[in-house]
Amino acid sequence: MEQEREYLTFILNGEEFGVDILCVQELRVWSSVTELPNKPNYIKGVINLRGVIIPIIDLRLRFGQTPLEYNEQTVVIILRNQDKKRPMVVGIIVDAVSEVYKLDHKAIRKPPEFGNSIESCFLEGLASIEEKLIILLDSNSLLNHDELYTVNKESVMAND
Amino acid sequence: MSIDLSQFIPSFLEESFEGLELMESSLLNLEQGDDEAINSIFRAAHSIKGGAGTFGFNDVTVFTHLVETLLDEMRDGRRSIEQNDVEILLGSVDCMRLLIEAIRDETDCDTTKIEENTKLLEKTLAIEESSAKTEGDSNAETSSSEPNQGISVWQIDFVPEHHLVQTGNDPLLIFSALAELGEIIVVAKTKELPLLNDIDPEELYLSWHITLTTESTEADIKEVFEWVEDECLLTITQEKAIIDTPQDDVTQQDEASTSNTTIPEQQDLAKSEIKSAKATDTTQSSDKAVQKPKAETVGSIRVGVDKVDSLINLVGELVITQSMLSELGTDFDISKIERLTSGLDQLLQNTKELQESVMRIRMLPISFAFNRFPRLVHDLSKKTGKDIELILKGEQTELDKTVMEQIGDPLVHLVRNAVDHGIETSEVRIANGKPAKGTITLDAYHQGGNIVIEINDDGGGINRQAVLNKAIEKGIVEAGTSLTDNQVFDLLFEPGFSTAIEVSDISGRGVGMDVVKRNIQSLGGRIQVQSEEGKGSTFKVNLPLTLAILDGQLVRVGTETYIIPLITIVESLQTQTELINRVSGDMVLYRLREDNVPVLPIYKLFNISADSEDVEHALLVVVEADGQKVGLMVDDLLAQQQVVIKSLADNYQQVEGISGATILGDGSVAMILDIPGIITAALKMAQQTHTTRNHQQAVGVIA
Repeated sequence: MEQEREYLTFILNGEEFGVDILCVQELRVWSSVTELPNKPNYIKGVINLRGVIIPIIDLRLRFGQTPLEYNEQTVVIILRNQDKKRPMVVGIIVDAVSEVYKLDHKAIRKPPEFGNSIESCFLEGLASIEEKLIILLDSNSLLNHDELYTVNKESVMAND
Repeated sequence: MSIDLSQFIPSFLEESFEGLELMESSLLNLEQGDDEAINSIFRAAHSIKGGAGTFGFNDVTVFTHLVETLLDEMRDGRRSIEQNDVEILLGSVDCMRLLIEAIRDETDCDTTKIEENTKLLEKTLAIEESSAKTEGDSNAETSSSEPNQGISVWQIDFVPEHHLVQTGNDPLLIFSALAELGEIIVVAKTKELPLLNDIDPEELYLSWHITLTTESTEADIKEVFEWVEDECLLTITQEKAIIDTPQDDVTQQDEASTSNTTIPEQQDLAKSEIKSAKATDTTQSSDKAVQKPKAETVGSIRVGVDKVDSLINLVGELVITQSMLSELGTDFDISKIERLTSGLDQLLQNTKELQESVMRIRMLPISFAFNRFPRLVHDLSKKTGKDIELILKGEQTELDKTVMEQIGDPLVHLVRNAVDHGIETSEVRIANGKPAKGTITLDAYHQGGNIVIEINDDGGGINRQAVLNKAIEKGIVEAGTSLTDNQVFDLLFEPGFSTAIEVSDISGRGVGMDVVKRNIQSLGGRIQVQSEEGKGSTFKVNLPLTLAILDGQLVRVGTETYIIPLITIVESLQTQTELINRVSGDMVLYRLREDNVPVLPIYKLFNISADSEDVEHALLVVVEADGQKVGLMVDDLLAQQQVVIKSLADNYQQVEGISGATILGDGSVAMILDIPGIITAALKMAQQTHTTRNHQQAVGVIA
């Protein structure tokens, strides 16, 4: 049993989130995207990453928050799932990348009910480090076609 | 030394399927009196038997042995080739295929069919044997294939050629193999041995006389010498049978003496046979470079060496160009611009050639798809009692492997239809003043970046009125509408449409033509029908050569670039105000000669901003799919270029109106428009507005 895992944390709307670092392929700065027609608003478009076409998702919009302007400082985290049979790569736009933390399995607590701003299926747990609370995202559901691209009705309402 | 044989099983299977295909096609040729065919059938069966024996697939070995025995009799001229036997052999090929497929899938196969066929084969063989016996035992040849019961003594003279050991054969191994058959006494003859000074140590100067006491037959002994047959003088004589009855003894010795004299002749025969086998092998490998794998196996392509060589050459050139350019780049100044542009031109040329060569690797001659048709038509004409000749043309036309795999079933359907509905019975044909034998032609050829496959029959043609009546009856067409021939024939592709009066087990249920059309469309192709009543019909299938690359027209809408597949574009034009018709609200029709083409502005379709939203003086790209034309309104026409199709669904999901994406020269992503999808969506939308508008405009929102 693996006890310790490393998490990359990033800032989104003043909160610190973490994803399993094994799912992080690379970090990029924002570059212009090709728009997709009739897409949900959180999908910004697609980019060409060394011959692979990957969608770029604004995580603020996906979680039903107001987006920021994009500039040269905007960070895109390219995530890749561990599933060899059905690899999936997406880029998520975040406010800033923060730290890499090593977290003990026991240090992660179950998430409480969060209201509707973030669908609970994306949440893996909570961890507190140096007085900070880090929200850990479940990389499996984040990198799942069905869950990522199907928006819970409540959060769409929050968007509109 | 133990070798894991299982690693060779896939190649055995592949070769066996190839062999079966060869057997099948040769058997069909056999009917038309081709004598060489029987030899190739025999060889194919023999290698399958051999292979199966090696891997221990006993079912296959036992069954194939029976087939081989029958074939052997035909080959030796002991049995005349009769239609009935050919049918049994064709059935046997099916059984062998079942058996081998069972091995591939690691399942048990349906044994009843095989048992049935085994009985048939045995019966045929038994008839032959009993008739041979009644003819009299003077024909002793059959006994050589029968197992010899008694123990007998064989005298074998084995005089190898001097270079025998250089061919990798070792006489000692042969002797130990003989020793396994029975008791042997080997006497070496040294009379050819030269003086020590003259000896070439790599040559073999000895010859042997072997006395073998064994239960085995002559054939078994010969088998031991199989590998050295061509490199030695071999005489095998039977001295006496120890337990045999005296009468049999006579025949055996008779046979022994005949075999004695015929051996050199047989060796010659064997040699020439091997030569011819080699010759056919090479033609086969070029004709049938690749075995079509079944869907569940991992696809492999056998590529001709010439194709690989040309690839290596091209890569070589590419490397040269690259080093030239990088050398140019190390100290570049503006004076060298000319060399740079010429270098870039060269790079472009190299890349293009390389791309073409790589694509060519995936290309297979269409004969792979055509191969199954002789058998199909043969069986179907049996079943329907129609006399039909199948002509295959352009079999060497090359087509992408993926396209080939997916076009097989639609083609089968079309050919079935041609046999069942197209060709009339002989009586009807004669009554109509046509030759009694119907002809179906399959033709394949290239036409401007596409491959065209034509299925032509000289049958009764399509009864236009019957189709129309049926369509009216089914409510697809309103009574009284006048339709062009093309529109009428397109009705054939409507789901559930069949004009066949009787439903047969071949076709006529009305399922299929719509599937055929859908399959062809999913490959990016289209199908057209031409027919003349009383003269026959032609189905013309137009397919792209490859699925990975597409000829596209780049268009710009606002800031976005889209790609329209060139094959769908009818024409591009600038709109003229007087030809624009505004119908019911949003819908705009543009008058294009006799047609009214609905205008679809892409910006509206995709909810993006465009330079100009005005239909007047706009650029219209008229595209067509399913016989329906629409005009796509774009801001600008950019270049035409080949684009590599990438899937959007890998990391995202299928997007409506988009068939894929590609990467442009500047590294940006552009969407490829799914024209049939856009048209269907637009039609649906139009119908919705149509109904909500209370049928204000009765007809013609979509002309």
